[in-house]
Amino acid sequence: MAVDVQDAIRVGQKLGGSGLPPFTRNTRMPNVALSERPERSETGVWIGIFAIVMTFAALTSAMIVREGVALDWRHFQLPKILYLDTLILFFSSWTFETALAEFKEGENRFSEGVTWLCITLALGGIFVIGQVIAWRVLAGQGLFLATNPSSSFFYVFTAAHALHLVGGILGLGYLICKLKRTRSAASTTGIRATALYWHFMDGLWVYLLVLLLARM
Amino acid sequence: MHEVSTHTVAHQHAAPTGFIRKYVFSLDHKVIGKQYFGLALVSVFIGMVLSWLLRIHLAYPDYHIPFLSKLSATGAPGGVMTPEYYLSLLTMHGTLMVFFVLTNAPFAAFGNYFLPIQIGAEDMAFPRFNMMSFWTTFAAFVVMMASFFVADGPPISGWTAYAPLSAVGGDAGPGLALGQDLWAISIAIFCIASLLGALNFISTTLDLRARGMSLLRMPYSTWAWFVTSVIALLAFAVLLPACVLLILDRVAGTSFFIPAGLVLSDKLQPHSGGSPLLWQHLFWFFGHPEVYIAILPSIGIIATILPVFTRRPLLGPKALIGSMVAIGFLSYMVWGHHMFVSGMNPFSATIFSVPTLIITIPATIMTLLLTASLYGAKMRFDTPALFCLGFISVFISGGISGFYLAQPSLDTYLHATYFVVAHFHFVMAVASLFGVFAGTYFWFPKMFGRMMSESLGRWHFWLTFLGVYCVFMPMHYLGLVGNVRRYSAFVDDYLAPLIPVHRFITIAALLTGAAQLIFLWNLIWSRFRGPVASENPWEATSLEWATTSPPPFDNFGGKHPVVNHGPNEFGVDGPNGTDFLMQTAAPKNS
Repeated sequence: MAVDVQDAIRVGQKLGGSGLPPFTRNTRMPNVALSERPERSETGVWIGIFAIVMTFAALTSAMIVREGVALDWRHFQLPKILYLDTLILFFSSWTFETALAEFKEGENRFSEGVTWLCITLALGGIFVIGQVIAWRVLAGQGLFLATNPSSSFFYVFTAAHALHLVGGILGLGYLICKLKRTRSAASTTGIRATALYWHFMDGLWVYLLVLLLARM
Repeated sequence: MHEVSTHTVAHQHAAPTGFIRKYVFSLDHKVIGKQYFGLALVSVFIGMVLSWLLRIHLAYPDYHIPFLSKLSATGAPGGVMTPEYYLSLLTMHGTLMVFFVLTNAPFAAFGNYFLPIQIGAEDMAFPRFNMMSFWTTFAAFVVMMASFFVADGPPISGWTAYAPLSAVGGDAGPGLALGQDLWAISIAIFCIASLLGALNFISTTLDLRARGMSLLRMPYSTWAWFVTSVIALLAFAVLLPACVLLILDRVAGTSFFIPAGLVLSDKLQPHSGGSPLLWQHLFWFFGHPEVYIAILPSIGIIATILPVFTRRPLLGPKALIGSMVAIGFLSYMVWGHHMFVSGMNPFSATIFSVPTLIITIPATIMTLLLTASLYGAKMRFDTPALFCLGFISVFISGGISGFYLAQPSLDTYLHATYFVVAHFHFVMAVASLFGVFAGTYFWFPKMFGRMMSESLGRWHFWLTFLGVYCVFMPMHYLGLVGNVRRYSAFVDDYLAPLIPVHRFITIAALLTGAAQLIFLWNLIWSRFRGPVASENPWEATSLEWATTSPPPFDNFGGKHPVVNHGPNEFGVDGPNGTDFLMQTAAPKNS
């Protein structure tokens, strides 16, 4: 009572699969063709999202408690560059989706797709540089990490988000390298998972911006 | 069964040949599981020696412990520890045991080794993350141990690192400068490792089950590791930012946890408005689920092993799984019961007391199911079975005191006493370790291909079982008469008459600890000299027993098992006159 793995691979290929061994896909949907099943990296990213949500929820509740327990909370104006940065991040999500659409068009649009991914990567980098500029602006106003609880939380939130985004940039860079090697989107794993993470970083930033606007 | 030709294609990574790839930076979940087991074993013996030192000092405060002055000349001049050094060693005992033993052994070690095999997978979903997870844990261990060797030793703030003591730095006392820095950094690294591990466990369980392995056909141990990894994912995701805030308070001058106007060593601390209670909330939001991270895998292990030795199906399998899930859910609503004496509003205390009492319901259901499953059993009393019975005993003994502590009015009296020490050592530490012992005796043949010595196992069980009762039962009485915990000596008029009880406990602790050397010797001896184990020596049903002992690199020799039964098919008409059906056995109607 055992299924030969080679058979499974052949079945996967016959069903129009990528030709990759089945282990890059999950086994939880036996009635769905291997090529149609979500990759396990997508499951991984979803689970990672839960953990990151929990981390930022903890920091949010810490901020609300800290603001409430003492009278030393000082409000300050958020650096204007954050709004530009928000637009850049929105735009990067759009370029990522454009890349996915190009890949869907077929292998003849492959290099355009990769180009859009490179643009996304660059936009991610610009966002992080924008955050660094925002920190410099605050430092110029004399607001440092330890100046006030409000500035402490501002730096902690933005740095934590930037760190997660740098993780996304590294992941995207790795994905682009993989694509350049395989020269085929269909046989490269992790594209959807990276997109999911990227959009989540976008959504997380919008949440943080609203939170910081309300509290700073 | 072994079609090696398909093997390299089937597996994500080919079997390594070099020593480093095979045994050190291995991607194989089985090697990583053994690495976790080894790390937990080293940690548990260090933690145990620390508890010996603490117990000797409590019972014989003037006794000179020869090598202690070499460990810290200032902390233990002449081999007698100072009150501060007592607290330093107490911190390290708690931290090592909770993080590096009770989290690593039942969850990371056995989970890594057996979760993929029990669901019929070749490996974890993300083997590279898995390797990183172990080596990050190892880094956390190294950083933690380093605090023994810095100027004034490990921190004195306990494994819970309550702020502001943990947050203000060296002015507050010994170990609170570099020692506390190392502690906080180590725990932050440990959080990252645990998050990687939990992510892997959940993905693997969701995505890589063999054909026919529906969720309800998973063995109880797999269920327990799965629920535990969900708890760990959400709990460590909170402790990590808490540790980062603590580190910032310590090194960057922020005031998250340090209140204004704090004067230490005649110095006004340059902080304002922080909330020490905020640390307690964040810590216990992690800390209480952590209790279940320690105990749930052991419950799952016991529920998997017990039917193998009663030769009867476990009662109420769905109720058992439902109780595990319920405990996982409720574990996030009860953290405030660790803070009844923190000055919280009595109304809040009641709010936390209610779910704390409710959580005893699923715990009781699980205990009753395990106990009732013994009824009418033709028990096989091998060592794993003895530890299963021992588990039920200590879990009940420790759990009952929880009913009292869940009530704020009683906890206010008992909180700072040995009653709490007795409670959590029984219900979390000893119970969890009994699960680990049962698991070790049960799975050793699969992991190393050799049986462990039964006679040494029995000696180990009976000495440990009687020993832990001698150690922890009297602590309930000490607590009831008001013996405070965390004191390094009992010189007050009302505590001095209790010293004979402490001496009894200390002697029992020394003997119980010595009995663990039997276990260690059994591990070493059996590894090389134990009788060779067959594929399924215990006549168990789950998938790890459907492959060789030890399993090949890809677990099932190039095949994917197909599952036709749940794990509970005992006491049935099996093939060849046996009384059980393997999960891979042919369907009943064929």
